[in-house]
Amino acid sequence: MGTWIVLITMVTPKAEISKEIADAAKMCFQCGTCTAGCPSGRRTSYRTRKIIRMAQLGLKEEILSSDELWECSTCYTCVERCPREVPIVDIIIDLRNMAVAEGHIREQHKGTASNLMKYGHTVKVLDLITELRENLGLDPTPPTVLANEKAKADLDKILIATGFDKIVGE
Amino acid sequence: MAKYAFFLGCIAPLRYPGIEKSTREVCAALGIELVDLQDASCCPAPGVIRAFNKKTWLAAAARNLALAEQQGLPIVTICNGCYGSLFDAAHELEADPELLAEVNKILAEIGMQYKGTTKVHHFAEVLYNEVGVEKIKNTITKPLDYQVAAFYGCHFLKPSEIKNLDDPENPHILDDLIEATGAKSMPRKQKMLCCGAGGGLKAAFGDVAKKFTETNLENMKESGAQFIIDVCPFCHLQFDGIQKDTEYNIPVLHLSQLLGLALGMDEKQLAFSTHVTPVKL
Repeated sequence: MGTWIVLITMVTPKAEISKEIADAAKMCFQCGTCTAGCPSGRRTSYRTRKIIRMAQLGLKEEILSSDELWECSTCYTCVERCPREVPIVDIIIDLRNMAVAEGHIREQHKGTASNLMKYGHTVKVLDLITELRENLGLDPTPPTVLANEKAKADLDKILIATGFDKIVGE
Repeated sequence: MAKYAFFLGCIAPLRYPGIEKSTREVCAALGIELVDLQDASCCPAPGVIRAFNKKTWLAAAARNLALAEQQGLPIVTICNGCYGSLFDAAHELEADPELLAEVNKILAEIGMQYKGTTKVHHFAEVLYNEVGVEKIKNTITKPLDYQVAAFYGCHFLKPSEIKNLDDPENPHILDDLIEATGAKSMPRKQKMLCCGAGGGLKAAFGDVAKKFTETNLENMKESGAQFIIDVCPFCHLQFDGIQKDTEYNIPVLHLSQLLGLALGMDEKQLAFSTHVTPVKL
């Protein structure tokens, strides 16, 4: 009689990972199609399949503190090819939200967030471009929140009401 | 005449105003009326702002969608990131009345409401589906004779389940639009490889993003492309900016700038002066 080894892949996630993430990840059967087509995985230690497995296992701290969580370029190649229709990018985004809520955010990303708070746009306003816009016959200041204080104040209220200002910190 | 609320985003108006200028000129020539979506903000960016705080992302996107709803107009964007954010946000809010109600509680604080009716379109999609390749061919005044690399980027076609515009692995929309100008879209390896900039990768791990871009540049060089034609100012920024530290020298044009050239716009009007990789015609 040979020995039978049974691999049990159904696991109950630890309580601390969110129900939404656990539900979204549970259809994954670890085929690795995501990792095989991942342009970031080809160039870094990011392994999509591993992140999803860790999410299934509820390894919250390990995921949230990892660099790999931020090495996905959200190109959706994995989502297009996943045979189980796992919403992989949505899971990555949700995990990043959890990471940021626990203080795992890079200085460069804080910079992007600060730009949104300051300008209502993710990039800084440059005098050189303002001048060029005028020469092109465009409004020197784009007709966005940049051109209307009331609109910018409205946006600020949304950012504060949703706790975005806390991301930027002191 | 088709009429759209023109959503500017961030990179085009604040880094490459030639993209905004050419979009306005090209749309006028093709009979598309653009009305500025005044008071709009960042979309907000899907790979960074959404990754930091989904609530902020959705509420700020809903504010932009509500501004267009007030005008009774569909939105057109010239950026894959803006398209990704606004399309996804509109889709989520349309599919989930509870989520919409939650967002409207936040919008109520600024005296706004979003009913959930705004449609979001990409410039290239409008050109292909609304205007059509034949009309573009018949409108151009200065046919072009370049060999170019079509760069679709990621969020124009994907996730294809909700966007449903073209085959996400082997698309043709952008190639057809490019060839309407007389230019030839050259086949190449890994045509759908991401530029590397998205998802906050450019900001957090610029060296990794650069590796994506360099693979693309090598494949483009091999294909004999004289220009890179994109449909996203963020891909545009990545390809244009990265080349100064590399052996590559392939100028980068947004589709609107290529069409602008084919309509006789000059280098000044297309604001090539802001391009890091020199544009030589």
